[in-house]
Amino acid sequence: MQFPILTLITFLPIIGMVIVLLLPKDKTRTIQITSAIVTGLQVLLAVLIWSMFDTTKTGINEVASMQFVERLPWIVIPETPWFGEIRIDYFMGIDGLSMPMVLLTALISFLATFSSFSIKKSIKGYFAMFLLLDAGMMGVFCALDMFLFYVFWELMLLPMYFLIGIWGGPRREYAAIKFFIYTLAGSVLLLLVMIGLYLSTIDPQTGAHTFNMIAMMDPANVTEGIFATVGSTARMLAFVGLFIGFAIKVPIFPFHTWLPDAHVEAPTAISVILAGVLLKMGAYGLLRISFPIFPEMTLYFQIPMMILGFVNIVYGALCAMAQTDFKKLIAYSSVSHMGYVLLGMAALNVQGMTGAVFQMFNHGTITAMLFLLVGVLYDRAHTRGLNEFGGVYNKMPVYSFLTVIAFFAAIGLPSMSGFVSEAFVFLGAFQTSKLWTILSTLGIVLGAGYMLWTFQRVFMGTLPEKWESVLDDVNGRELFTLIPLAIIIIFLGVYPSPALNWMSTSLGHLVDLVNGSAGQAMISTF
Amino acid sequence: MIEIIFDSIPSFWPEITIALTFVISMIVEFIVGRKGKASTGMTTGFVVLLGLVVTIFQLPFQDLEPRLLFGTMVAVDPFSAFFKYLILATGIIIVVFSMQSRELREQETVGEFYCFIAAMTFGMLLMTGASNLLMVYLAIELVSLSSYILAGFSKKQKRSGEAALKYVLFGGASSAVMLYGISLLYGLTGALDFSSIQAALAGGVAVHSVHSFPILILASLMILVGFGYKISAVPFHFWTPDVYEGAPITVTAYLAVASKAAGFAVMIRFFYVTFFDSFVDLGHWVSLPHIDWVMMIAILSVLTMTLGNLVAIWQDNLKRLLAYSSIAHAGYILMGVVAMSDLGLTAVMLYFLIYFFMNLGAFYVVMAIADRIGSEHIDDYRGLAKRAPLIAAGLSVFLVSLTGLPPLAGFIGKWMLFSAVIEANLIWLAIIGVVNSAISLYYYARVFRNMYLREPMDGDDSPIRFSPLVIVITILFIIPNLIFGIYFGPLVTYAQNSIELFLR
Repeated sequence: MQFPILTLITFLPIIGMVIVLLLPKDKTRTIQITSAIVTGLQVLLAVLIWSMFDTTKTGINEVASMQFVERLPWIVIPETPWFGEIRIDYFMGIDGLSMPMVLLTALISFLATFSSFSIKKSIKGYFAMFLLLDAGMMGVFCALDMFLFYVFWELMLLPMYFLIGIWGGPRREYAAIKFFIYTLAGSVLLLLVMIGLYLSTIDPQTGAHTFNMIAMMDPANVTEGIFATVGSTARMLAFVGLFIGFAIKVPIFPFHTWLPDAHVEAPTAISVILAGVLLKMGAYGLLRISFPIFPEMTLYFQIPMMILGFVNIVYGALCAMAQTDFKKLIAYSSVSHMGYVLLGMAALNVQGMTGAVFQMFNHGTITAMLFLLVGVLYDRAHTRGLNEFGGVYNKMPVYSFLTVIAFFAAIGLPSMSGFVSEAFVFLGAFQTSKLWTILSTLGIVLGAGYMLWTFQRVFMGTLPEKWESVLDDVNGRELFTLIPLAIIIIFLGVYPSPALNWMSTSLGHLVDLVNGSAGQAMISTF
Repeated sequence: MIEIIFDSIPSFWPEITIALTFVISMIVEFIVGRKGKASTGMTTGFVVLLGLVVTIFQLPFQDLEPRLLFGTMVAVDPFSAFFKYLILATGIIIVVFSMQSRELREQETVGEFYCFIAAMTFGMLLMTGASNLLMVYLAIELVSLSSYILAGFSKKQKRSGEAALKYVLFGGASSAVMLYGISLLYGLTGALDFSSIQAALAGGVAVHSVHSFPILILASLMILVGFGYKISAVPFHFWTPDVYEGAPITVTAYLAVASKAAGFAVMIRFFYVTFFDSFVDLGHWVSLPHIDWVMMIAILSVLTMTLGNLVAIWQDNLKRLLAYSSIAHAGYILMGVVAMSDLGLTAVMLYFLIYFFMNLGAFYVVMAIADRIGSEHIDDYRGLAKRAPLIAAGLSVFLVSLTGLPPLAGFIGKWMLFSAVIEANLIWLAIIGVVNSAISLYYYARVFRNMYLREPMDGDDSPIRFSPLVIVITILFIIPNLIFGIYFGPLVTYAQNSIELFLR
């Protein structure tokens, strides 16, 4: 038994939460420092995982090449004459698909903790919820048993509801419940498919039904129940149901409407978490569950998914252009950028897939930085109206310089990480569907349009009188959260190969699994 | 004949004990209850509590082998034993709750309250085992008559009287309908005990005749009305919100958990045994051909959960909200009945075990808060998180558990129910079920929105003090909701071991 590093990284925040809850309410500084230490340790563990990670192992559907595996029986209910053994494993492990997400989650949570220091209202409750949310997110990316995955997936709903609902902006109640109900509606679909898959899958080792996601990926194990027949309507409905469930999280048009509300109302740190990590969970779910378990449906819905990707890109960008609220603009740009992820993964080739996962990572860092930047301005001016500003460059040069980096990265300028991932996405998507790829490139033009226009409106021109005294340049704490992201963005833009190496083996394998002989054989029978 | 009676008595001790408890508590109340005006009914309460505890400890000595007592009147089997434990445990907790309730202590004759709790419990124990239609009717009437009195117990409150009257009227009507159904079924088959009816139907009586078949369907529907009333299934639920709101809250909790469990027990036994044809693989029950009671109950289930959830959204009184939520939960549990499999029965029983913890917990907290602030209105819950953090957290745990979100116990109950439904290939029912469970989030969230997201009414954020006993009991209910959400193996095993129904 090796050192249970994934358990540690997942449950560390829970320990932190317990400590925070035990501390007296007025020890705000101690609470803040505890949270920072916990998330900081998480970053260290994530870096440790990264350093020990073997990029040559494939993972995806092979247990043997999963890394840092921990597997313990969790619930074992003995067999009865009329129903087999019920067995749920505590089964954690990561591969090239989840490793970047683990790293991203640790990093964003750490930076968001510092951004949370500006929270003034019931600090104890805030950090308790924040740490619980952190544990849920980390667990989702590490779980390989679907039941466990589902528990983590749902675990972060409630903290998120409270974080938006208690510490959010004026319309926080509406935004919080909208987020909650949308996501729950999606995840109950996931629950149904999970139960169906459980009843259909036989674990070859135990001969009993299993929640093991890896076992579900092998058609030879899926022999009973409603999902046994390849190409059946039940499987198609299951794929659509899962897709909707995950699409709500991504979010994919037309299930995106919760996102602008949630982003606008959420406090800065929570917007950062939302954009940086939460949205990735939907895309991750598609890659981890939908694609490998229902490969024939993935191929069947390939072009519709690409079209949705295109819609997301262009619709998101057009909406962003129409916004006058800085935060809402970034929220819609998020929708647009997640469209690239969908476009890339639906391309079903190594370039597209790598581009998609890399874009997930980059979007996590870039958008997190954008939200942090909006937060900086909002903390000073208490408004986010784009048209109320102008000439901020003169007053806040460092801030403006950092904004330039983030904006250019979001536009996808070469030498920034966003460029690399978008290039890969287009490279892959072009091989699959020229039409939708060409149309999607419109998003780049629109992206440059709204970003540069925003820059012009806020930073150029003359500073209105009323801001003269309030706008100070970024302080140390803010720099501490912004600089690491800027470094990562530029570094991965100039030298992306380390990041690409993390994922390429696993993603290549995933593409083969879906698009290769197995998937093709499955689609030919239906 | 007399041998049969003597032979049956050793297995009937729990019921005899609780009946004796009823009689003794009446006498005790007669002696001690009327002495002074300051009677708190505590003595009678403790007598009943003792009686319930003695009864629950007699259950392990009942026959483990399924058998019938008193000819064909009552069955003893693991299935009924499970529900007896559940009902008695609920009874004990309700008596403990009632002793703390300010609302009840203000009554002059509160001692009688406990007597009728004993009588009602006796009736419910009979319901779990009844396997003769006459016994079914008598048991249901015993429960109903006791609960009419209990529902109207807060005599000074108008709404309590209204509740009791509505309850009597609806109860009377539905039991008349049920009695008519029973007489029709008796006329068709010439039998009152479940196995003889089953034998007659399996032999083709009434099934193949154009004239008597519709009557058979009518009779089953009429009997279903009686059960539907007891478990407050839509459209026989109209009494529920008013009674739940008007009755003392401990009675409401008792009705929502124990009475509902007893209703489900007798309903499952009637439909499964009477219309039983054969087993197929993996414990799937097959009902006699031609009689599609599964579809009837499936429709009942959909109506019940959908209406319960949709109407709950508009409720501002917490008791009423919990009333509609418990209607919705009856709808979920009916899905397990519809599955017609051993897995479905397991799911039903597992759900009741968990429902016991989450629903009683919710009712208890609402009662404790009402005792302090004198209101059950949702607006008075504003800012409760600041005024009483632990109680607010407790209520949130119970409500989230009722919603069915992991990692709380309520999720396990839902998961098992949906598994049973999907295993029985009733995908459409499962989809309606999960959509409902997403809807239910909205009204549960309204409660914790008021507690956490909003400031107190009138800016009054003075802390509300609760006695240590209240806090301890709340924590005792929170713990199982947390533990059984992540470690539920023993619960499932227990439910699995309890599904065996007496069946000839």
